[in-house]
Amino acid sequence: MYKVIIIGSGPAGLTSAIYAARANLNPLVFEGVQPGGQLTITTDVENYPGFPDGIMGPELMDKFREQAKAFGAKTLFENVDKVDFSSKPFKVYVGEKEYISESIIISTGASAKLLGLESEKKLMGFGVSACATCDGFFFKDKDILVVGGGDSAMEEATYLTKFASSVTIIHRRDEFRASKIMQDRALGNSKISVMWNSEIIEMHGDPNDGGLKNVDIRNLVSGEVHNHATDGVFMAIGHKPNSDLFKDQLDLNDAGYIITDNDSTKTSVEGVFAAGDIQDFTYRQAVTAAGSGCMAAIEVERFLEGH
Amino acid sequence: MSDFTKDVNEDDFDSMVINSDKPVLVDFWAEWCGPCKMLTPTIDAISEEYNDKSVIVKVNVDEAPAIATKYGIRSIPSLLFFNNGEVVEQKVGAVSKDELTAVLDKLIEG
Repeated sequence: MYKVIIIGSGPAGLTSAIYAARANLNPLVFEGVQPGGQLTITTDVENYPGFPDGIMGPELMDKFREQAKAFGAKTLFENVDKVDFSSKPFKVYVGEKEYISESIIISTGASAKLLGLESEKKLMGFGVSACATCDGFFFKDKDILVVGGGDSAMEEATYLTKFASSVTIIHRRDEFRASKIMQDRALGNSKISVMWNSEIIEMHGDPNDGGLKNVDIRNLVSGEVHNHATDGVFMAIGHKPNSDLFKDQLDLNDAGYIITDNDSTKTSVEGVFAAGDIQDFTYRQAVTAAGSGCMAAIEVERFLEGH
Repeated sequence: MSDFTKDVNEDDFDSMVINSDKPVLVDFWAEWCGPCKMLTPTIDAISEEYNDKSVIVKVNVDEAPAIATKYGIRSIPSLLFFNNGEVVEQKVGAVSKDELTAVLDKLIEG
């Protein structure tokens, strides 16, 4: 039996692993389908303290993992399929394999939101992407679309101009909610144009025959629909919490985030804690995730001492 | 970057992949691709385990762009399964080891 199992391996999960390992709790970390979390699909991280020249996201997460392992945390490249928090000790399943633990830290984070079209699902990886840094390379001298209006849409659009001949941002409203500095950077780029008050309602193309070819775009003011030829669509319309595993086990809010006590990582089940983007819909930064991972590990330590 | 999984390029792609008499799994990757690097331990584990029953190779898209273009790769990691020189299955993005070995098992059984 483990003292603590950590589900997820972004800044929150690996920081809790560092603290738990240093407290001799021998944590077991399930790294999940995206080891290192969302930072592994970014490029330069310029706002993580301690790196005045910036650091690459994947490299930062490698360092987190190295540090956790140096203190004895065990990490597995496995994805948890099922959990049972209805009785103690808690149970975590990977396929048929059962792991039991006295306490749990959930740090499964968030992942990119999609439009929810059947055609979008079919063409994911065949012209439709939620990761500019992974896929931009394949769109040299192509015409592409970026969907969204926040900081990440601005960042992706700007990044993609390194490869694409033109980038058109499609946004549902007539203004961006992105920060001024990010907007200025994007709008000042001669390769970037904007299609305001617009949304993609259908995508056309065959994954086995060249992938995405064109999309239907509706103007939300006039209601008019037009077809737009494009080589790629990059989604940047925000994130959703990865909480499907826990919906029957823990209290979640309407948007699917795990509810935690004020100034704490305690969930609705005693002994189960949640840290990072899975419970934070306000700040969502690497450094705040790391901070709440630290809180979770300290709360686990106190919980175990009390039992 | 891996001790277990051979990198193939434009010179040996035909001999290693197209003309192989065993099923082949090709992992398209690049140095700058975070999710690809995270997939490496999984691919290496499969390489070790399936060493005698199938061929597992990697293609660095920076070094062999023509292969990536030929197979219409627009996202990495992309995993292509070949049997008798033909692409029989394709997976995109982070996938589990079980998902990959299930396809290989099916191809090996024929």
